[in-house]
Amino acid sequence: MAVKEEQQFKELMAKGTSLGQVDEDIMRQNIRTQDLWVNMGPQHPSTHGVLRLILALQGERIVDTEIVIGYLHRGTEKLAEARTYHQIIPLTDRLDYLASPAMNFGYVLAVEKLAGIEVPERAEYIRVLMAELARISSHLLWLATHALDIGAMTVFLYCFREREMVLDLFEMATGGRLTTSYYRIGGVAHDLPEGFLDKVKEFCEIFPKRVQDYDDLLYSNRIWLSRTVNVAKISAEKGLALGLSGPSIRGSGVNWDLRRANPYSVYDKLDFEVAVFDGCDVYARYLVRRKEMLESCKIVKQCVEYLEKTEGPVMAKVPKVFKPPAGEVYFATEAPKGELGYYIVSDGSNKPYRLKIRTPSFANLIALPEMVKGQMVADVIAAIGSIDVVLGEVDR
Amino acid sequence: MGVIERSLPDNKLTEMIDKVVNWARASSLWPMTFGLACCAIEMMAAGASRFDFDRFGVIFRATPRQSDVMIVAGTLTLKMAPVLRKVYDQMPEPRWVISMGSCANSGGIYNTYHVVQGVDKIVPVDVYVPGCPPRPEGLMYGVIKLQEKIFQMKVLRR
Repeated sequence: MAVKEEQQFKELMAKGTSLGQVDEDIMRQNIRTQDLWVNMGPQHPSTHGVLRLILALQGERIVDTEIVIGYLHRGTEKLAEARTYHQIIPLTDRLDYLASPAMNFGYVLAVEKLAGIEVPERAEYIRVLMAELARISSHLLWLATHALDIGAMTVFLYCFREREMVLDLFEMATGGRLTTSYYRIGGVAHDLPEGFLDKVKEFCEIFPKRVQDYDDLLYSNRIWLSRTVNVAKISAEKGLALGLSGPSIRGSGVNWDLRRANPYSVYDKLDFEVAVFDGCDVYARYLVRRKEMLESCKIVKQCVEYLEKTEGPVMAKVPKVFKPPAGEVYFATEAPKGELGYYIVSDGSNKPYRLKIRTPSFANLIALPEMVKGQMVADVIAAIGSIDVVLGEVDR
Repeated sequence: MGVIERSLPDNKLTEMIDKVVNWARASSLWPMTFGLACCAIEMMAAGASRFDFDRFGVIFRATPRQSDVMIVAGTLTLKMAPVLRKVYDQMPEPRWVISMGSCANSGGIYNTYHVVQGVDKIVPVDVYVPGCPPRPEGLMYGVIKLQEKIFQMKVLRR
């Protein structure tokens, strides 16, 4: 017994209190709480990969979060320094493996800007078509796993049904389901196969109806609402200060989409709406992605319309031994997760001197401790899901 | 199976018991979800609506204590390797490992300073599924191969 407690004990005994009462009084006076540190991951079914979190808890409330990353660090940037510019394309596939065409897109655009290559218009439309299909497939997987984490199993099976349709389209055009490597510096590998555009049209017909199916399950589901509304809030100012981008910041009411703000490729010729909701919570980010899927579907339709009418080359003249001029370039595109930037330093040889990849998930993950502060433990799962991190992209 | 495991003579009776045990083991392979990278997405696709792994008795479990087989799907890095081994050690015997994808088989395209060149350096592997990533059908074939392997196993017989 500590000296202080011993003194209290003597005082209370002198007053003539019973022994049981004395114990209780001492306990009440000296009771105190301390933070409990809980480890979560890297092997955890709801961290979407190998993310590790260390949570400091006060009861069920989170007071602090520490993010531990690097469990999937594969050294992509270093590997790229030993590869020619063409050989890097398959590496970019495996950054965000849910939307590999979108990853290729940013890279080839950056190299083309560095070397000043003009890309045929048909190739640009094919690229946008594939990138938007990738956005749909990425968001579908996000919805499937996010809903599964929160407890809605059926949505998972529904979303994968449509995702398989998109992957079939990828397979038809490129031969690969996930890692497509379809884009080339100066265009795409080859023109679309016969019958592809009809299949895409068929998909665009079906897809909005299927989104209705997901809405029936989630949109006004009471369990879904209570798990997402007012959970993991982040204000627009905080989000901007932390470098959030993509659907995560658009869910906080910031109208920032690089396809609109800094149009690249042929996005300035396409008609679509930027999905912005100002709920700042998990539900708003769900609404943003839900609307983005429908908008992407609209963009795909417009691309199909153009591609059906026109013929032409899909590849610019690019030498086999490709040596861009010395210099540096940064090019940012709107990937499904947010701003994806490639920073290339060239020394005039056939390999880049340095390739830095600014991946959206890495920047978005920084906002997680801010989001979950003061929330319940179970809300961490919802928060991780809502910023849609892919660890291949975070660790690179 | 405890003390009598692989200690009884090889006769009709023990052969029959072995068959029943192997049939039970092979028909309810519960894998542990060990998704590391890209291949995990194809593993999820294999478990989802179109490919439907449930019909093989394959139901994904989130804990090593309840699982029989570990599907290592993706790139294993040096930082992740101790975790993989720890999870493997937590699995009850008999246990099997499927190595899914080029990265898990041999390091794949990532011959770098932070990637383990093949999970067989960390845990014993039963079936290798090639591909980058393998199609869900590929994984399914791997599971069927593992079932064939289990049917060959001797449980009571010496």
